[in-house]
Amino acid sequence: MTEVPDAIVCEGCDAVYRRVPLRRREVSRCPRCGTELDRHAGDQSARVLPLTVACLILFAIANLFPIVEIELQGLSNQTTLAGAVVALSSEGMSPVALLVLMTTILFPLMQLCILFYLLVPMAYERRPTGFVILVNALQALRPWGMVEVFLLGVLVAIIKLSSLAQVIAGPALWAFVGLTVLLTAVLSFNPRTFWEMAFEPRPGQEG
Amino acid sequence: MSDPGVDTAARRLMGCHHCGTTWQGAIDGEACGRCGTRLHARKPDSINRTWAYLVAAAILYLPANLLPVMITKSLLGTQQDTILSGVIYFWVSGAYGLAALIFIASFLVPLFKLSALVLLNITAQRRSSWRQLERAKLYRILEVIGRWSMLDVFVVALLAGLVRIQGFAEITAGVGIAAFGAVVVLTMLASLSFDPRLTWDTDADAPAQDMTMDNEPI
Repeated sequence: MTEVPDAIVCEGCDAVYRRVPLRRREVSRCPRCGTELDRHAGDQSARVLPLTVACLILFAIANLFPIVEIELQGLSNQTTLAGAVVALSSEGMSPVALLVLMTTILFPLMQLCILFYLLVPMAYERRPTGFVILVNALQALRPWGMVEVFLLGVLVAIIKLSSLAQVIAGPALWAFVGLTVLLTAVLSFNPRTFWEMAFEPRPGQEG
Repeated sequence: MSDPGVDTAARRLMGCHHCGTTWQGAIDGEACGRCGTRLHARKPDSINRTWAYLVAAAILYLPANLLPVMITKSLLGTQQDTILSGVIYFWVSGAYGLAALIFIASFLVPLFKLSALVLLNITAQRRSSWRQLERAKLYRILEVIGRWSMLDVFVVALLAGLVRIQGFAEITAGVGIAAFGAVVVLTMLASLSFDPRLTWDTDADAPAQDMTMDNEPI
């Protein structure tokens, strides 16, 4: 088998195209099915590392501090995300607790850590150990991190409670808002770009 | 992009779905020379796997909507809520936007996903050339909206963790939410196991001619 460097295969319908150089912010789409073929990476790879670090900091705040506090008849209660997971599993809802733990804590954290681990050595043009497994993991994790859905869930829960008790937003809520915005920017970084960084760029992809 | 519309099969080319490298003369199951992923012309057993996930999701869809997802114990007594009774509660109390949001995310999206994937899978299985472009678009929509159904799982999780004031108000998660979470995960697995390229594998295999018709500015 031989590599065909200037060909690009559409993931949506398997049509083959000749790779053409893209200008800044240009995206090429398959004319047959409309699936994205290629995208100019721009200076995105330079921005991803600082954004990842910012995400990790916000992630820590979002998980260490309470998200919301309720007050009812002089009694109050508050919870963190991990607290909600523990409460669920103590009620015999371990599968649901596990699902929440994975989609809101574990998977996003793994994505951020893998990105950090890969991007730091690659800034010095070194290929870190475990590169293949980690890039593949990054791609597999993509659909399963659901921080933005969780944020919407928090807002719905707050509205639901506002008729029952007094609801006070905790510091973690604001961290979640920031985290959602930054994560969207970080995760729009296609893990495929790592392959272009690790090998010499394909024709038309430099610059 | 010049020279469009010739299938990989016609040129014996195979693209690696992980790193995007194109190989000529590769055999199905061979490892990609760049990233080591096994190359497959189509996702293995895609249609059967998708059916399995869809059947499981359809079965669980019933308990997910019939069993209580949330149990509220307050001074006024115990109240059991299903997904739809939660929507009705918001609607009656005047929060129409929120009622619509939860109705769409928790009820319509899973139902839409199930029926759309059944449609995609049946047409792919029959190698139908019916509305291929629309089917391709439908699949991309499914990939985007599927995750938002998890909304209710997170709402219940947070409420169960938060509202634990002994004697006054206590919210616990009901069995329905486990079934509901399973439906969301299963439909996501179903759409991940479906291979969108099957939409373009038709008996009337003449992609180069179809191109001019299907071409549409995006």
